Amino acid sequence: MTTLAGFRLRMIFTVLIALMLTVLPLPTWLDVLRPAFLVLTVLYWSINAPRAAGIGLGFLCGLMLDVFQGPVLGEHALALAVISYIVVREHQRIRSKPAFQQSLLVFAALIVYELVLFAIDGWTGHPVTSPLRWLHTLTGAIIWPLAAALLSYSEGRLA
Amino acid sequence: MAAFGTAAGRPLQGRGGSPGFRFTLYAVLAVVVMYLDQRAHYLERVRYVLQGAVYPIQVAVNSPPTAWRWLRESFQTREQLRVENARLRERQRDLELLAMRYDALAHENGELRGLREALPAVAERWLPAEIVNVQLNSLRQRLLIDRGATNGVFKGQAVLDDRGLIGQTTHVGPWSAEVILITDPEHAVPVRIERTGLRTIAVGGGDGSSLALPYLPSNADVRTGDLLVTSGLGGVFPEGYPVARITEVHRDAVQPLAQVRALALSHIDSDAEVMLVWFRAGHPAAPAPSLNGAGDLPRGNPSMQPLETSAHRPAAPDSAPPHTAEHGAAGRAAEAAAPGSAATPPRRARSPSAAPPAQVPPPAQVPPPAQVPPPAQALVPADAPPAEQSAPSAETPPADGSPQPKGES
Repeated sequence: MTTLAGFRLRMIFTVLIALMLTVLPLPTWLDVLRPAFLVLTVLYWSINAPRAAGIGLGFLCGLMLDVFQGPVLGEHALALAVISYIVVREHQRIRSKPAFQQSLLVFAALIVYELVLFAIDGWTGHPVTSPLRWLHTLTGAIIWPLAAALLSYSEGRLA
Repeated sequence: MAAFGTAAGRPLQGRGGSPGFRFTLYAVLAVVVMYLDQRAHYLERVRYVLQGAVYPIQVAVNSPPTAWRWLRESFQTREQLRVENARLRERQRDLELLAMRYDALAHENGELRGLREALPAVAERWLPAEIVNVQLNSLRQRLLIDRGATNGVFKGQAVLDDRGLIGQTTHVGPWSAEVILITDPEHAVPVRIERTGLRTIAVGGGDGSSLALPYLPSNADVRTGDLLVTSGLGGVFPEGYPVARITEVHRDAVQPLAQVRALALSHIDSDAEVMLVWFRAGHPAAPAPSLNGAGDLPRGNPSMQPLETSAHRPAAPDSAPPHTAEHGAAGRAAEAAAPGSAATPPRRARSPSAAPPAQVPPPAQVPPPAQVPPPAQALVPADAPPAEQSAPSAETPPADGSPQPKGES
């Protein structure tokens, strides 16, 4: 067990890495496939450290995403708050699931996330109706086991 | 799998409030923030600060490609540099020849417009900006440049490259600015078809290089290969800059509107540098000055209105009352030539508070026929119902939204 401050530091470190991966310039076809790294990170910390991370982390990360790519401030913040709330509530059940089922649950969470974004995009008058926007939920679910392993490694290594 | 165990490092420090309570708090906060940003625009300041705060991350993320480019440039061989140098020298000579001719033409044009001397160039100041990040999000065509408010960049500023229009700034941070491209589906540019002078709106096609012209009637005179230039309406882009070339005209007998697509001339995907432009206020070809680029356009291009009317006034002074003379073909010609008049009525109706003609910048450089415009101005809106079949009406409906990204204004 480490101190809370050290733990926070590690969490912020992973969040920054995820943010960089999110805004890294990629060719278009790859960009569409790019999983939402920051969302996966928030999900991981919400499942594994629900009291330290949770909804507040989701909100702040969402706000950062809004600055980078949101047409309206608060859009990603709301979507991430929603899914981190769901995950924090169910974190014990999710944590005990095997990897494949976890991936499925993450897939569902990403769908909810994208659904919230989709709705807000439409309501605020910036609709993106291309079906490609849903693609990252799939790649996110596929990459989840790997991401979770890496994140837990960072958790252990720096402890 | 060890990865999913309830591993080490889980601090059990409770914090106030149940998850449900905290979620409600954050959700309400997010909705309030969204409302303020979308409806009330109170958060420009917050956005400005946040954009400054995240800029280091963007620079860090972008540094590997930049370093690679720098490395490649510094290891170019002497031969390559010599070839490039020769090419640039040749190009510079060509451009100088063109510029010589341009001076003469500008002078001639000034004389034709009845001005004492040739007008200065419309662009007052250029600032090259480097693209930090293309595709902030591949589904929206935006890019981030490394110039911001500290360099004098303002919201709604025109961005060009050496081939044509790229877009305009939407969010300006202290050291960076976000640019919405003309190919973004949320962006619309008021354009003119250079061959015919027909004005319309070009909306982004959403795929990175194409634009759509959705408001042209199917009998409009438009052909594949026509050049689209900015029309100067809308208060952001000055008149006469190349935008796109028409690639596809599809006329369907059933549809009232033609389906026209165009290819943007600027090479956004291969550019590393773009140009930010400041335009001389009061220049006839400059965009009409408006607050933040979001105000309305009181009277378009001031120099062209007196020109049209004064040209035909002396020709038919007494034969008919000026009313009928203006009402016929001449009136239409005046309307076609005076960019402001076609777009003015809907705007004025929309925001009466901002519309008093006192806002019109005094057309200082257009001395003589100051007495003519009022009748023409009063006539054209009254006599030209919006549903008129003539060419300019094609642009009237969308004109009131014009080149602002929707929702940003």
